[in-house]
Amino acid sequence: MARTAVRGRLSWQTATVGAVVNQTPTARTLLLDVADWPGHRAGQHVDIRLTAEDGYQAERAYSIASAPGEPLAITVERLEDGEVSPYLTQESQPGDLLEVRGPIGGYFVWQPAFGGPLLLLAGGSGIVPLRAILRYRALLGSSVPTRLLYSSRRLEDVIYRDELSVRLEGLKVSYTLTRSQPAGWAGYARRVDEAMLADVAWPAADKPLAYVCGPTSFVEAAATGLVGLGYPPVRVRTERFGATGQ
Amino acid sequence: MTGFGEGKLMINIADGPTPGDAAPGDPALDDAALDDAALDGNAVGGLLIEVFGIEMTTATGVCGTCGAVSQVAELAVYLPGLGTVVRCRGCGSVLMVFVRVRGVICVDTEGLASLTPA
Repeated sequence: MARTAVRGRLSWQTATVGAVVNQTPTARTLLLDVADWPGHRAGQHVDIRLTAEDGYQAERAYSIASAPGEPLAITVERLEDGEVSPYLTQESQPGDLLEVRGPIGGYFVWQPAFGGPLLLLAGGSGIVPLRAILRYRALLGSSVPTRLLYSSRRLEDVIYRDELSVRLEGLKVSYTLTRSQPAGWAGYARRVDEAMLADVAWPAADKPLAYVCGPTSFVEAAATGLVGLGYPPVRVRTERFGATGQ
Repeated sequence: MTGFGEGKLMINIADGPTPGDAAPGDPALDDAALDDAALDGNAVGGLLIEVFGIEMTTATGVCGTCGAVSQVAELAVYLPGLGTVVRCRGCGSVLMVFVRVRGVICVDTEGLASLTPA
């Protein structure tokens, strides 16, 4: 049955892959050119759909990596047994076509009116929507007090490493490397726990707004830790992804 | 279902369970414990727009079993398998099931007492 896109209703659109940038050995940023992209909010995601020659389709949700006002970009971490991420991170080239639906989501978003202070907790590629928030903050010249705690396995797995090393007013970035640490590593070296959060996070009395994104186990530990520190659950916004959600 | 696409959408499931029928911690619900495979409602934002035509991750859902009130983005979502299952984080009850059959999405919202867009 042929379907006609209803005006105003979100539907699949063709995207042309623009520049691709390898961020780490397993993560790649793809700029996506979508005709009449309506713009997006910081923290939203898109669905990506690939169609094989035999008609088999696979779709996955990916966080938008770029700030509102910037061209649409996603950053994808490769999962070895994934259906979509190996193609996006290894095979896709500028000029390739794929299908995009979005922007999607109204919960895990930040806009300046929400204020701060902001606490951003990232596990692995959970940094992606938080990077969109950070870029938006920088783009606006906002100095809303912001702390980022970013958990990765190894230093080489840290996405946006150069970008995050740029000092910005009111922004403090902390890292924890859970699997291996380079010689002389001064950051944390364990999974996020309540003691680490007590070090890094704003006191609950400052009425911070927290965004937590990462694998389910990371989000559970981080969100539980924040609530243990007195953060009201409604001030802790979470976004989980798993092996299947990539 | 009334008012679809013209402002407030409210779905009431008259035959569904009544809030309070089972309390969280009810032994009958222990098997439904959420596990590490659970994503959250953000993951089905696109699917929900396909079904309802509007952004639904900020919609408020009331669990028909325990009465927990949550934004859809906060619910537990299981993607793999034959369909998509959305569960209550409070008691683990199944709130919504989506199955695609020959291009048509079949939706079961029986576990919800109500679903109201933001």
